[in-house]
Amino acid sequence: MLKDITIGQYFPGDSVVHRMDSRIKIILTVAYIVMLFLSSNPAGLVVGFLFLWLSYGVSRIPYKMILKSLKPVAPIILFTGVLNMFFMDGDTLWQWGFLKITREGVLMAVLMTVRIICLIAGTSLMTYTTSPIALTDAIERLLSPLKRFRLPVHELAMMMTIALRFIPTLIEETDKIMAAQKARGADLETGGIVQRAKALVPILIPLFVSAFRRADELALAMECRCYHGGEGRTRMKQLRLRYYDFAACAFVALCIVGVLLVNRFVPAFL
Amino acid sequence: MMPAIKTERLTYTYSPGTPFCKTAVDDVNLEIEEGAFVGVIGHTGSGKSTLIQHFNGLLQPTSGKIYIDGEDLWADKQKLRAFRFKVGLVFQYPEYQLFEDTVYKDIAFGPRNMGMSEEEIDKSVREAAAFVGLKEKTLDRSPFELSGGQKRRVAIAGVLAMKPKVLILDEPTAGLDPKGRDRILSQIRDYHSQVKNTVLLVSHSMEDVARYCGKVLVMNHSRLFLYGDTAEVFEHADEIREMGLAVPQLTRIFHRLSDAGYPVRRNIYTMEEARAELEKLYASKERGRMGC
Amino acid sequence: MENRFLRAENIHFSYHTGEGDTPAVVLENLSVAIRRGEFTAVLGHNGSGKSTLAKHFNAILLPQGGTVYVDGMDTREEENLLNIRQTVGMVFQNPDNQIVATIVEEDVAFALENMGVDPPEIRRRVDEALKEVGMYEYRLHAPHQLSGGQKQRIAIAGVIAMRPKCIVLDEPTAMLDPRGRREVLRTIRKLNQEHGITVVLITHYMDEAAKADRVVVMNDGRVLLDDTPREVFSHVETLKQVGLDVPQATELSYLLRQSGINLPVDLLDDEEFAAAWQALMEVHG
Repeated sequence: MLKDITIGQYFPGDSVVHRMDSRIKIILTVAYIVMLFLSSNPAGLVVGFLFLWLSYGVSRIPYKMILKSLKPVAPIILFTGVLNMFFMDGDTLWQWGFLKITREGVLMAVLMTVRIICLIAGTSLMTYTTSPIALTDAIERLLSPLKRFRLPVHELAMMMTIALRFIPTLIEETDKIMAAQKARGADLETGGIVQRAKALVPILIPLFVSAFRRADELALAMECRCYHGGEGRTRMKQLRLRYYDFAACAFVALCIVGVLLVNRFVPAFL
Repeated sequence: MMPAIKTERLTYTYSPGTPFCKTAVDDVNLEIEEGAFVGVIGHTGSGKSTLIQHFNGLLQPTSGKIYIDGEDLWADKQKLRAFRFKVGLVFQYPEYQLFEDTVYKDIAFGPRNMGMSEEEIDKSVREAAAFVGLKEKTLDRSPFELSGGQKRRVAIAGVLAMKPKVLILDEPTAGLDPKGRDRILSQIRDYHSQVKNTVLLVSHSMEDVARYCGKVLVMNHSRLFLYGDTAEVFEHADEIREMGLAVPQLTRIFHRLSDAGYPVRRNIYTMEEARAELEKLYASKERGRMGC
Repeated sequence: MENRFLRAENIHFSYHTGEGDTPAVVLENLSVAIRRGEFTAVLGHNGSGKSTLAKHFNAILLPQGGTVYVDGMDTREEENLLNIRQTVGMVFQNPDNQIVATIVEEDVAFALENMGVDPPEIRRRVDEALKEVGMYEYRLHAPHQLSGGQKQRIAIAGVIAMRPKCIVLDEPTAMLDPRGRREVLRTIRKLNQEHGITVVLITHYMDEAAKADRVVVMNDGRVLLDDTPREVFSHVETLKQVGLDVPQATELSYLLRQSGINLPVDLLDDEEFAAAWQALMEVHG
């Protein structure tokens, strides 16, 4: 059933990483990505990988979740790896016709693959440890300086919140409509692409009608609760930085410095 | 006579093998006679909605069997769709499934899926519309322009037009006002007495069940608590109240009178019976008074 | 202090169904007053205008003729708008479509955040409101994990967190099962009795109206009856004519009176009926 699909990838818990300020988590994730691309040297990537391993450990997210996060992007990783392996000039290790593998190619492929794996696993850790609502909230707050440039930050965040709120409701509704149309003999399982697309009409139209009706009623209810845009709004939850937020920042800064030092002093064993 | 619906040790478990695993229907053995008008009651989560979704193959039992007209529903998956036509299911708030641009086309959706000829479709659409009191000119209108009660009746007609042998309605009066409720329920009663098929009516209202249904099926904690004639079920009014279901105010009146020592029946549930019973009691008192 | 908290004076409201149609009249020259602290039920079938009336009480709709006053404020005056919305909270029929946030406590905070209340004060009021409706333990749940009755209580908490003087509920129980209905009604009654909040309950369930202080029956955009439940339900014929139910006890005593059995006309429930019957028998016995 559709209902069983989990929304977002939040993995509830009470670790220090879970409790960290979501703004800091976003900033540190970006910093981590920068760090990965700064390291032009396998030794630097080892630092990146160790950092990842440590973070998963501290947040008590099972390591197998790393694999799970990689699954959907596995083809991309493979593609990048192969591309780098075959199309790099340098010392030829093996050649067959126009295909050749060079030492530099292999190294680059490994480098890129590890980089992407760390990148995906790292950003996944952020979504594993931060609820969608906290993420939305953090994005709104981080982007709020952009309000000056007329970017509707509050409106965008409100839209995201409402979308998150109604996804489970609409999924349940889809389930119900599908069951009702099946009971009237709608055939959703067989036939070619055109037929199947046609079979979706009896499901999509009621779903849209219902979504519009809900939007109407919700707008009314929001108005009744004094909603008048982002102006003059306060928030119940004040985000406050704790010592562990600073500690995490310091640690990531240290890692970046470490990577830079490795780049500078450890010879890349090319 | 062959029962219209028969279940043997029917059991259904949601998400088996996960922490969310829950047995919604537990070992239900049931035989519903052809032509019966059955009220299905039970509080939310008692398993009644899950149970009725088995009767037309929308849910597959975890274990146990279902027979419709003596035929095993899940014996051949190819034939499953035929059972969907045999057992018509009207869901809660069915008006939210309307999608065509005219009422006529929407009612015709089921019959068309069955592969009826255009003539048959036309005939059954008009018949079904008449059963729920929709006027000819309404058939050409868009279902989205109609009032809530009208939409609901269009949706019910969409199932009636498939001429099911068993008609199941899941709370067809939810959210309607008393007028809309009485209208739909009496239309269903008329339909039942004309077509003489089997009707199952899921309801939260004991008053409605008491008024319209000849038989009552009570679900409690995923199990079948009782299935029998309405009068018989109302004899268990005390147990039904303990389940957290409301028995009609009328029945409660007679329980109070009976508890106070008056010689009245405890299984009264219709206004006519109640009136007759109290008139009889009053008359006997009057006679007693005249006598002395 | 003005005792009439909500006042509708000769209001008129109609809308166009389509191009060129004659406008459908929803409210016609209607006057009604709701007293401070009272629990008023507004009964009427669908299309009787009861929801339209409700929407006039917090300025979602403005009268096309006549005036509506909320605690002395004219709803047509723009500068009163936010004040009116805080004074009269509104709860709607579909519990799903009035919850905004993905976490219960965030939703209850929504109105307060809009009003610009200080964060610590929001926290205090949210906790208080959640305890009031008995949903404090559920404060961190997602709305879709709750039952209909629970969701409706969250909606009520979201409204009372604003500390309104009055709550208008537009068929809040129509989509609920009997248990959910009981929960919601108990909550509303408690708010009325313990906190003196004025309650206007729009409904078509006569059993809910039977327990109100006062019942206003609407039909075709007008007020048909306006009295105590006892008085209103004794008009068995009239109510049946406009498509409403009366309590079974009332109907039974009405029928028995027709057969010459001298029961009172104003019996509302089984307990009253049984007592009246015993009294009658003793007189005769």
